[in-house]
Amino acid sequence: MLSRVAARVYWTARYLERVENTARLLSVFNSLLLDLPSGVNLGWYNLVIINGSEEGFERRYKVRNERNVLRFMIADVNNTSSIVNMIHWVKENLRTSRDVLPSETWELINELNMFVRENITAGINKGSRHEFLDHIVRACQQIVGLMVGVMSRDAGWHFLQLGRNIERADMTTRFLDAGAAMIMNEADSPNRDQIVWNNVLSSASAIQAYLRETGSEVSGSDVVEFLVENSQFPRSLKYCLHRVKSCIDELPRNKQLSVTAGSVLEFSLKTIDYNKLGQELRDYLNDLQVRICELHDEISENWFAV
Amino acid sequence: MSIDWNEYQPNQFYDELIRQPGKPRPAGRKLAGYLCKLTEQELTERRNAAEVTIQQMGVSFTVYTDGQNIDRSWPFDIIPRVIDSKQWQSTELGLKQRLKALNMFINDLYHDQNIIKDGVIPEHIIKESKNFRKECVGVTPPHGVWAHICGTDLVRDEDGKFYVLEDNLRVPSGVSYMLENRAITKRVFPELFESVRILPNNAYPAELLKMLGSLSPRKIKQPQIVVLTPGIFNSAYFEHAFLAQEMGAELVEGSDLVVNDDNVVYMKTISGLERVDVIYRRIDDLFLDPEVFNKESVLGVPGLMRAWKAGKVALANAPGAGVADDKVVYAYVPKIIEYYLGEKAILPNVETFLCEDPEQRAYVLANLEKLVVKPANESGGYGMLVGPHSTKKMRDTFAELISSNPRNYIAQPTLKLSTAPSLVEGTQPKPRHLDLRPFVLQGKSMYCTTGGLTRVAMKEGSLVVNSSQGGGSKDTWIVDMEKR
Repeated sequence: MLSRVAARVYWTARYLERVENTARLLSVFNSLLLDLPSGVNLGWYNLVIINGSEEGFERRYKVRNERNVLRFMIADVNNTSSIVNMIHWVKENLRTSRDVLPSETWELINELNMFVRENITAGINKGSRHEFLDHIVRACQQIVGLMVGVMSRDAGWHFLQLGRNIERADMTTRFLDAGAAMIMNEADSPNRDQIVWNNVLSSASAIQAYLRETGSEVSGSDVVEFLVENSQFPRSLKYCLHRVKSCIDELPRNKQLSVTAGSVLEFSLKTIDYNKLGQELRDYLNDLQVRICELHDEISENWFAV
Repeated sequence: MSIDWNEYQPNQFYDELIRQPGKPRPAGRKLAGYLCKLTEQELTERRNAAEVTIQQMGVSFTVYTDGQNIDRSWPFDIIPRVIDSKQWQSTELGLKQRLKALNMFINDLYHDQNIIKDGVIPEHIIKESKNFRKECVGVTPPHGVWAHICGTDLVRDEDGKFYVLEDNLRVPSGVSYMLENRAITKRVFPELFESVRILPNNAYPAELLKMLGSLSPRKIKQPQIVVLTPGIFNSAYFEHAFLAQEMGAELVEGSDLVVNDDNVVYMKTISGLERVDVIYRRIDDLFLDPEVFNKESVLGVPGLMRAWKAGKVALANAPGAGVADDKVVYAYVPKIIEYYLGEKAILPNVETFLCEDPEQRAYVLANLEKLVVKPANESGGYGMLVGPHSTKKMRDTFAELISSNPRNYIAQPTLKLSTAPSLVEGTQPKPRHLDLRPFVLQGKSMYCTTGGLTRVAMKEGSLVVNSSQGGGSKDTWIVDMEKR
């Protein structure tokens, strides 16, 4: 497989995963904010923080309100991680790697692109927002489902999985980090912890799996442990990083990378004190993000360098 | 109001579908009958369906001057063009005959030049040809074939006969649109494919793959075949990706390839370097190899010509094949066919005046307002003068151009190009001029597409069919009329 094509397939998966996660996140916030007792300051701006795009936002908007956050995250062409932009990049990457991905994915991404462009205001307005975001999530899943259903498990497939799982692992650290930050920054209020950690779970679509696994109510330490260590849930760090390693093991010239991936996995499982969810957790997540980033660099260096 | 063929006026032109108001040609009878049974609303729905399909399928072409929006949806007319299969059979023979002779001609030019020694073609035409590559002298590509893929433009005059307008032997494009047009039409008019015997046209990618495989220097079961594209900003990028995908070949850019000291071409893969056997290149000669041609080019691959000359890699079309693409050479093709094959040309040329000939030049200069003047080596409809649609100023400019460089210009009478009913706006079809570009392949054996790409001038009276100049296209049906 061509190095350039491998890179594009990998990025297709990353962007696609990020589009879906962003839409999910917006959707979760949308319904969660309706449930919150007034006075709890769990605002829309947290989404910008989770994405690590405070700087980009501040440059463009004065007011950190719902409308601006949504416009920024959905429609703003100046925001590299807005939904519109990321779909554009999925499309561009797909377009230039059409020969290795199922041809129908190309039609589906065109459809999604058309839908988003035509309905962009529906996403920003309150009334139709849920349908809009739901459509995006479904469209992403349809594309992923198509790939799962028809692709040979060859190198292209492994790069797709690699991209998806690295992106997922990264997103999960961000969800957890957002939780830790909120706990540290918000004043203690009734139900605060429960609302925050519930929010974290929902962002990763993990509530159902969490409840079945733990059989207990939502508590911070259990949520963190679940999203870090659970070996069955596809968005837990352990699961994602394990998949990353096994994809790497399937690809050629992988020796050094396999070692690196193994050490990232090991680091993620290094005992953290699940009773200390403040700065310690944030430091751990930060270290992990840096390592994932280094792993990504090593992947590009090894396989994509042209 | 539904379509009323009595209202359709083909005027003095040969119409592909309607012989005279209300009277369809035999091969198009079912189509015409079907279309006029559709209500206005149904017709509009079908047209919208086609538009949506084109967007979904992402069928697009690129226009350089279009700013940010590099991709435009493919302009498509839903009413197919119909050709009787009997007529097509002889056209196909004529096309194959033509390419066969042209390839013998090119091979001769890069070796003994017997055709010049025998006085059939004047020497200076080749000497002054922009596309003659001295770097290719003495090389014999596999099967002695240089132009492996040829897109020949055919037009029908008022007598209903096909004439060859030009041969495209460099990097002809359009075949993917021919295939996509069929795919769209199948979605828009599925019923028609049950009642009309439309010959399938989708064998092309498999035939292309077979032809390319027959050029491989390594006689192995699965030679490594790649499509070399200049990249996403090229106007035919859609087609490059499409063909690579249809053939299951790698779509590569110059930077993906490397030629080592062993003169072998490799591509950079995730496993390291892998040998490449055949390159279907969609890059012009002069950008292929900065070691030999354009030093500034970043599109090509340094050392590619070395590898090709050493016979370590096959290039399709071979470098230098464009020498026969010259419009002055075109004028000699009937003689070329007679010289190499000892046969009369099956397909006639359009009458052509060579400006380098003093007598013919005088005629051209005196009749500019009646003629179409073309530069010998341009493509895409650029640099032309269409006499009847020209201003005095344009004609003066061309008179000067011709006089200062007569070798570079030919002129042809303005043809009464055939028309076909097209839905330009509203639901009543209007006659629009069109041409046809079939594609012929030659490697170990030969193949010709069933029909080709029909291009339509969407503006009333216009003869310009290039998509880069606002033309559209429609599906082309070869209809089998034999009773079985």
